[in-house]
Amino acid sequence: MNEKTAVSLSGVAKGFRTWKRGPNGAWWRRRRDLKVALEPLDLNVPAGGVTGIIGPNGSGKSTLIRILGTLLTPDSGSASVFGLDVVAQAPSVRRHINRVSVEASFFKELSCWENMLYAARLYGSADAGARRRVEQLMERLGLPGDTLDRPMKQLSRGQQQKVAIARSFMTTPSLLLLDEPTTGLDPRSKREVQELLRSLRREREVTVLLCTHDLDEAAALSDRVIMLDHGKVLADGTPAELCERYGQPDLEEVFMQLSGRSLAEDEEESE
Amino acid sequence: MTRLELPALRHEADALWGFAERQFNLVKRYWAWEVLWLFYSLVSVLSIGYLASGLGLAGFSARDFHRTQLYLLVGSLLWSYLSSVFTDVSFAISWERWEGTIEYTFMAPVRRLTHLLGICLFAIVYGLLRSAIVLAIAIPLFQLDLSRSDLLAASAVLAAATVPLVGIGILAAVLPLLSPEKGDQMAMAVQGFLLLVSGVYYPLSVLPAPFQVAGRLSPLTYTLSGIRDCLLDGRHLGDEMPIIALLLVMGAILIPGGLVVFGWAEGRAKQLGLLKRSG
Ligand SMILES: Nc1ncnc2c1ncn2[C@@H]1O[C@H](COP(=O)(O)OP(=O)(O)O)[C@@H](O)[C@H]1O
Ligand SMILES: [Mg+2]
Repeated sequence: MNEKTAVSLSGVAKGFRTWKRGPNGAWWRRRRDLKVALEPLDLNVPAGGVTGIIGPNGSGKSTLIRILGTLLTPDSGSASVFGLDVVAQAPSVRRHINRVSVEASFFKELSCWENMLYAARLYGSADAGARRRVEQLMERLGLPGDTLDRPMKQLSRGQQQKVAIARSFMTTPSLLLLDEPTTGLDPRSKREVQELLRSLRREREVTVLLCTHDLDEAAALSDRVIMLDHGKVLADGTPAELCERYGQPDLEEVFMQLSGRSLAEDEEESE
Repeated sequence: MTRLELPALRHEADALWGFAERQFNLVKRYWAWEVLWLFYSLVSVLSIGYLASGLGLAGFSARDFHRTQLYLLVGSLLWSYLSSVFTDVSFAISWERWEGTIEYTFMAPVRRLTHLLGICLFAIVYGLLRSAIVLAIAIPLFQLDLSRSDLLAASAVLAAATVPLVGIGILAAVLPLLSPEKGDQMAMAVQGFLLLVSGVYYPLSVLPAPFQVAGRLSPLTYTLSGIRDCLLDGRHLGDEMPIIALLLVMGAILIPGGLVVFGWAEGRAKQLGLLKRSG
């Protein structure tokens, strides 16, 4: 482990129990199935920079993010964030991380500021200057000045997602877990969010894990990409390295060559 | 458990307030629902009061009638308070799953005790407020004879009951964590059972023995009997000390016990992937 390691996983695996009724079993009896979300995974991410986690729906990206976010316990192996174990030292890990997920998670009837204030109180950053800091963040994200006092439900999906990003920044995490932050955004909001990620990458003060199934986005924004499929790592390297290694023009083709499927095809049979 | 330094303590206090403030903001925004709930509590209490009036027609002596009416009204009013706290606390968790904020709350660097206390405290203060409104409407409708009552002593019993109530609240919050689909229904079922065994409308002695045992374990039983002692029989604070002490002891067991159970349920939810929004 040279320099500072932000994320370190060794042999981390996760499966989920599901219950299914058998075709000819009794009506009260259900069969237990195990759905593997992550095969044993080893990974080291040094501090600073953007690491893209790419793969189709259901490949285990969110599961990985949730394990690092102390929201899921791995079935085996161990995971740590800045040297702190995500299970045994979960409370300390939580101080260093924040997350933005696909669905902007807010109290929709409450105003944007009420949601922000709630988060600020939980993270101990609700001092007198909080409102001013949030206003600055929102400005930087290109949100109109009156957004803060509007109910969340009145904001567009793109605006909500930007507020979610502002919320995660407000708590100054050292590890930012971004789970498909641009999925479902209109092209303009998408560009604005990507621009912000680019500036984060330049500043290198926070380590970013960026999950996405948009391979162009990953190629443009990541220092390194980890390609997942069915919970297994298919490839790992800088976008340029991967294209060169497999002699392909872009990551889409690399994925195609390694998995035998196209990512677009996969979207339909998601879950 | 690590020792709390002053800034850490201030952070927890701020977070505690954050949870209560969030609940307050939600109540404010959903005020129409709240008015409906209040109406529902009011008519439940009133119908029990009139039930007693109906019994009065059946040839009770005036003294027995007043006593019965007060007995039932105390039961129904306290039940409406306790059940509102129970519902609010368990709903605070299932609500977050529905909103999709639950993972963010559980990911925040806050002690679970702080989180649950914040929710319970709001539920208790809000429940008291609602009950006070119901009481203010109900009193003039029934000719209650409170001349022999020691209101101060009754309030002291109620205040002591808050401690075990927080413990029960924490246990109520466990249910939606156990099952995303059935948590709310489970909370209803547990509430119904508490109503059955805690002597809300009748003395425990009418129940079959196993239910009596369950009733003796419920802090509600002692809260009700303590408050009835003060309101119906004019007993004073000194007489109620054993009950107050018992309630505090029950709280001292239920709060840490509730936290342990909640911790177990949280660990289970993280194992099984139940924290995310259902679906
Ligand atoms: N909480 C859960 N309960 C049951 N199955 C889950 C849960 N979370 C994920 N899965 C399953 O695990 C697999 C990986 O899911 P996920 O990590 O969400 O993939 P991705 O984020 O790459 O789309 C999927 O098949 C999904 O259905
Ligand atoms: Mg996902």
